[in-house]
Parts: sequence; C-alpha cells; structure tokens
Amino acid sequence: MSDIKVDQVLDAKGMSCPLPILKTKKAVDALSKDQVLKVETTDAGSKNDMASWAKRTGNEILKMEEGSGTFTFYIKKTT
Amino acid sequence: MANKKMTIIASKGSLDMAYPPLILATTGAAMDMDVTIFFTFFGLDIIKKGNADSLKISPLGNPALPMPVPIPSLVAALPGMEAVATGMMKTMFKKHGVATIGQLLALAQESGVKLIACQMTMDVMGVKQSDIIDGVEFAGAAAWMDIAAESQVNLFI
Repeated sequence: MSDIKVDQVLDAKGMSCPLPILKTKKAVDALSKDQVLKVETTDAGSKNDMASWAKRTGNEILKMEEGSGTFTFYIKKTT
Repeated sequence: MANKKMTIIASKGSLDMAYPPLILATTGAAMDMDVTIFFTFFGLDIIKKGNADSLKISPLGNPALPMPVPIPSLVAALPGMEAVATGMMKTMFKKHGVATIGQLLALAQESGVKLIACQMTMDVMGVKQSDIIDGVEFAGAAAWMDIAAESQVNLFI
C-alpha cells in the first residue's frame, strides 16, 4: 500500500474547518473515477471530518498518515 | 439515491453567529446534501450587499468572549469596544486560517446552496430586494416549511 499513484495533490495546510473539506470536495469533483487525490492538512479535526465526508459521499480513503501535526489523506474517487 | 436535505434558519447578524449557518451549509453541500438557508430577522444582514465582511461582534453581555484582559460589563458598553472585539475576533480567525463570512457566502452560492430571504422581516426592517445580494429568493414561512418537511436536518441558528 506504500506506492499509491497520486493524480492530484491538495495542500490544505493552515486551513481551518470547513475549508479542508470544501477544497477536498472541489478537488475530488475535478478528478475522474478511480483517480487519487492526496490531501495534506494541519487541522486536527480533519482526521474525523475527512472520514465522515468520505463515508457520506462514498469516496474512499485509501490511506491516512499522521505525523508532526500534519495529516495526509489519499482519497480515491469512486464515482 | 436522492441527496439528503438540510435547511438552516439564520436569524442572527453578528459576526460569531453568521459563521455556523455558513459553515454547516457549505459543508453539507460538500457532502452532497441539498442545502437551503432561510435568512430572517438579523440574519438578513449576512446577505445585504457588501455587508458580509462588515458584521460585528459585541463584547456586551458576552462573558465567554476572550479578551486580552477581563473587562467589566460597563466597560464593554463603552463606545469603540465593539470595534475592538470585532477586530480581535477577525485577527484570531485569520490567524487560524478560517474563511471570512464573505468567502463562505461565496462558496455557499458556488456550491448550489439555496438562499432565501424572509420577505416579512425585510418589510418590517425596511430592507428592499435590491439591498440583497444576487441569487437570493424571497419567500416566507411556508416556503421554508415545504423544504423542511422533506429534509433530514433542520436547524434554527
């Protein structure tokens, strides 16, 4: 799982709720089915928010990495 | 599957109380919900032309407002204190990467959030339809009720 092919990167570091989610939605909408968006955030709430967002929109979080105040999500567009 | 629906009644026009309706509306839209905000009473101030980023917060009667030093209510009532509190709040929001009310309002419109202004309160408070930003519909309680009856989430803020 370590070599996920990333199609687009979104830097949402320094943004607070709800901007990381709004920007993620926009970026995922611009992708094609099965493409992967990498999102980086620093908002500690985004860990749960991103999971809720993915669950509700049906997109898949392939992987989430946490390290030194940064959260990295790999989101696959499913539709 | 049909989208879930949410309505929010925005009834307050202070800087702090303008945030929750717009944060929830934009987030709901980003989560594939059909969202409607019904602006009534002081909430109309949020959608008056050129006003979104001029909303203020009052330190008066708001003991939870973080101030550099604790201030008694009588001091909070002094001229200029509202501007001080508003400026401080905006600085804090900016520092933490929070969008402005104007930005959230634009994002809401961009993401298809339906905005309705309460015609009755507009009449009472002398607000003309031309005072309201473009893209807003004008209606009353029945219009909200119709949408609310089909919504999973309905909030009064």
